[in-house]
Amino acid sequence: MSARTPVITGIGVVAPTGVGVAEHWRNSLAGTTRIAPISAPEPPAPTGGSTSSVDRDLPISVAGEVAGFTHTEFVANRLAVQTDRWTWMALAATEMALTDADLDPRREVPMDLSVVTASGSGGNAFGQREIQALWRDGPRMVSAYQSIGWFYAASSGQISIRHQLKGACGVLVADGAGGIGAVAQARRLIRRGSAAVVAGGTEAPLSPYALACQSSVATLHRGADPALAYRPFAAGASGYVPGEGGAMLVLEAAHRARGRSARVYAEIAGTASTHDAHHPSEPAPDHRQLARAMRTALDRAGVSPDEIGVVFADGAGDPLGDRREAAAIAEVFGGRRVPVTVPKTMTGRLCSGGASLDLAWAALALRHDVVPPTVNVDPADAAASGLDLVTEAREGAGLRAALVVARGVGGFNAAAVLTAA
Amino acid sequence: MTRRSVVTGIGVVVPGGANREEFWSRIVAGKPAIRRISRFDPGAYRSQIAAECDFDPAEYGLSPQVIRRTDRFVQMACASADEAVRDAGLDLVAIDGDRVGVSLGSAVGATIRLEDEYVVASDHGRAWTVDANHLMPFMYQQLVPSSAATELAVRYGAHGPAAVISTGCTSGIDSIGHAHGLIQDGEADVVIAGASDAPISPITVACFDAIRATTPRNDEPELASRPFDAGRQGFVLGEGSAVLIVEELEHARARGARIYCEVSGYAARANGFHMTGLRPDGFELGEAISETVAQAGITPEDIGYISAHGSGTKQNDRHETAAYKRALGDTVRGIPISSIKSVVGHSLGAIGSIEMAACALVIERGVIPPTANLTDPDPECDLDYTPLVSREAEVHHALSAGSGFGGFQSAMVFSRVPA
Repeated sequence: MSARTPVITGIGVVAPTGVGVAEHWRNSLAGTTRIAPISAPEPPAPTGGSTSSVDRDLPISVAGEVAGFTHTEFVANRLAVQTDRWTWMALAATEMALTDADLDPRREVPMDLSVVTASGSGGNAFGQREIQALWRDGPRMVSAYQSIGWFYAASSGQISIRHQLKGACGVLVADGAGGIGAVAQARRLIRRGSAAVVAGGTEAPLSPYALACQSSVATLHRGADPALAYRPFAAGASGYVPGEGGAMLVLEAAHRARGRSARVYAEIAGTASTHDAHHPSEPAPDHRQLARAMRTALDRAGVSPDEIGVVFADGAGDPLGDRREAAAIAEVFGGRRVPVTVPKTMTGRLCSGGASLDLAWAALALRHDVVPPTVNVDPADAAASGLDLVTEAREGAGLRAALVVARGVGGFNAAAVLTAA
Repeated sequence: MTRRSVVTGIGVVVPGGANREEFWSRIVAGKPAIRRISRFDPGAYRSQIAAECDFDPAEYGLSPQVIRRTDRFVQMACASADEAVRDAGLDLVAIDGDRVGVSLGSAVGATIRLEDEYVVASDHGRAWTVDANHLMPFMYQQLVPSSAATELAVRYGAHGPAAVISTGCTSGIDSIGHAHGLIQDGEADVVIAGASDAPISPITVACFDAIRATTPRNDEPELASRPFDAGRQGFVLGEGSAVLIVEELEHARARGARIYCEVSGYAARANGFHMTGLRPDGFELGEAISETVAQAGITPEDIGYISAHGSGTKQNDRHETAAYKRALGDTVRGIPISSIKSVVGHSLGAIGSIEMAACALVIERGVIPPTANLTDPDPECDLDYTPLVSREAEVHHALSAGSGFGGFQSAMVFSRVPA
C-alpha cells in the first residue's frame, strides 16, 4: 500500500437498512428486506400560497424508504427550510461518518479537506414544491431558497460550509455509477495531496414528480408484493424497486490514517469507469464495457481475480441486465465461481446513493469478515445465472478483497476494488 | 513522466454566436446579445431580459429522435461538441474509443423540459401527485442529467469514463479540470470536455428574482450586463455551450493535431462561508488562483490575460477584484482582464467552458476581448478590466476564474505550447 492510497476510516449511512453504521450493519446481516408498500405522499409544508389538492395514484406500489430518519436530529430548522430531504440525508450521513472516523475538521487545515458527492436528481420534493408554487400562485411565491435548495451541488455546498471543507469540492453525475466516480475523484484529490475527503452520495427520488419521471424506465417494477419486487439474477426477475438514502465515506491517505492510529475499514485499491456508448435507453448488445470496468479496476488495484472474496454486483433486476452482468463476472473470474451478493435487495436501488452504499457494505464486509446477503432470491431460483449467490450472511470467509460493481441508466459502468486493511 | 493535456478542438454555441467564429467576432466586438425574454412572457418577473441563443437543433444536423429525447442543454452540447470534434480533426473510427472520455459540466441540467412537462402532468401545478401518463417518454433522462454525458458518449463512441460535473456556476471550469485529471492519471487519452446550460425557464428566472441576483434593468437590455461598472445591478441570465477536445499531448502530436494551448493549471477551493454570499476578502478564490499559477510553473508576470468571472453582481465583482490583488499582488494592475458575460450573459455552468474557449482563442489570436458597458468603473474594481474596446496583445498564459453557489471557486490556466 502506498502512502497516498486512500483508506476508508469513517462510514455514515442513511438507508432503508438503518440510520447509522451500526444499525445498518445489524439489519443487513439479519437479511430482512426494507422494501415495503410506499407511503402516501404528503406535500412538504408550503412556503406560501394554498395547499394542493386533486391527488392521483403513484406509478409504483413498493419502495425502499428510510423509515427511521428524523432530519431534525441532524439539521436545524433554519437550514432545513433551505434544503431538500436528499441534502438532509447527506448532512446526516456526513456527520455520522466524521464521528465514526473520529475526525474533527476543526482540528485540520480546511483547505486540505474536501467533499465529493455523487448527485442524481437533486432536491426533488423541494423543486417540485417551488415549481408548483410558481405555476399555481405566481413567481412571487417562489422561495428565496429555490436557487440553492434544488440544484445538484446543494449537498456538497452545504457539507463544505457546515464542516469547513475548503479544498476542491466536487459533484459528479453518472446515475447509479456515480458513487464510484465520486470515490475515484476523491482518490485523485488524495493523490494530489488532500488529507481527507468526504465522498459518497444520497438520493431522495420518491417524491411524486421524481417517481413519475422514473416511470419512463421500462424495468421499474410496478407490482405490490415486496417479496417479488426486486430479485436480481432470479429466473423470474421482474425489474427493480427505487429506494432512498445512501452513504458518505471518510477517505484519508493511508499514511495519515496510520499516523493518527485511525480505525481503517478498507483500502480503496482501484477504481475504473467505462461507458457502453450504445444508446441512451436501450441496453448494450454485450457486456464488453462492463467487464472492462471490472478488469481495469483489478489491474489498477494490482489485485488478481483469484484474490477477490466477494463481488457486490450491480444486480439490475431485469433478465437481460442480469445476464450481461453474470456473463461479465464469468469472463473476469474465468472458471472460478466467486461469491456474489446484492444486499441492495434489502433497500431497492438508490440511484446516486446506491454505489456509495455498496462501497459501505463492502468495507464493512472486509472489516468484519462477513458477506451480507442477497434477499428474496432463492439460490435455486438463481441457478441459471451460474453465480454463487450469497443468500444468507456468510461468516469467516477470510475476506481479503472485494469488487463493487455499479451501472447507471444510459450505459455507465463502474467498478471498485476494496482490500482489507 | 507527467502526462500533459492540451486543447485540440473548440466548439461554441452562445447568444449572438452560432459557432466558434461567430462567438469570437461577437466577444471581440463587445456587442451584447441580450434582449427581452422571448421563450415565455416575462411580464410577471422582476428580471425580464436574458442572453438568448437563436438555436435550432435541426440546423445543426441533430436528428428528430435526438431532438425529441433531449432537453435544450443537451442539444446545445451536441452542437458544440460536433464542432469541436470536427475542429480537432478527430477520426472517431480510427481512434480507440475505450480511451475517449466525456466530462460535461451543467449547473441545472434539463430544467426546461422538467418544468414544461411538470406543468402538463400536474395540470398547471394543481396537483401534488402528478399523472405520469401525461409525460413524454425519456423523462428519467431529463431527471438525471448524466444522460447528457450519455448522449455525447453514444454520439462519438466514447467508451472511456463519462460523467456530468455539476458544481453550479464553476461546472464549466471543473469539467475541464476533471478531464485534465483523467488525462494526467492515464484514464483517458482524449476527453470531450465542456459544459452546457439552458436555464431560461420560468422557475430559474423566478428563483434568481427571489434573491435579486439578476438585474432588473429591463428597459435597456443591451446595457444591462455591466461587470465592474458602478451602475451594475446584477447578472443577466444566459444560455449556451462550449466543448473543448482535451487530449494528451503526445497523442495529439502523434496524429499531427493543431494544438491551441495546454491545460497547465487547475485548482478549486470552497469558501465554506455561505451558499450565495462571498467573503469580501476573496481569500479562497485567491488561493485557487495562486495554486493554479503555481501548477502552471509561472509567475504573475507571465499572465497575459485574465478571463474574469465578472458576473455583474455588486458583491462578486468586488470579491473577485480583492482575490486578484491577493493572489497576484501589484502585478495584476498590468494584466488586461475582461468579462465576456457583458456580451453573452451568465449561462451558469456553461459559462466556465465558454470562457476557457475564449482563453484558448485569445492565446491563438492575440486579441483581448473587452468588457462591454464598462463606462463608469466601480472605484472598488480598480483593475484594468479592458473597457469597451478590444486590444491586441501577445498572450502566452491566460488565467480564468469562476465563482459559484455553494461557495465553490475555481481557477484554470491555459498556456501556449511551443511548436
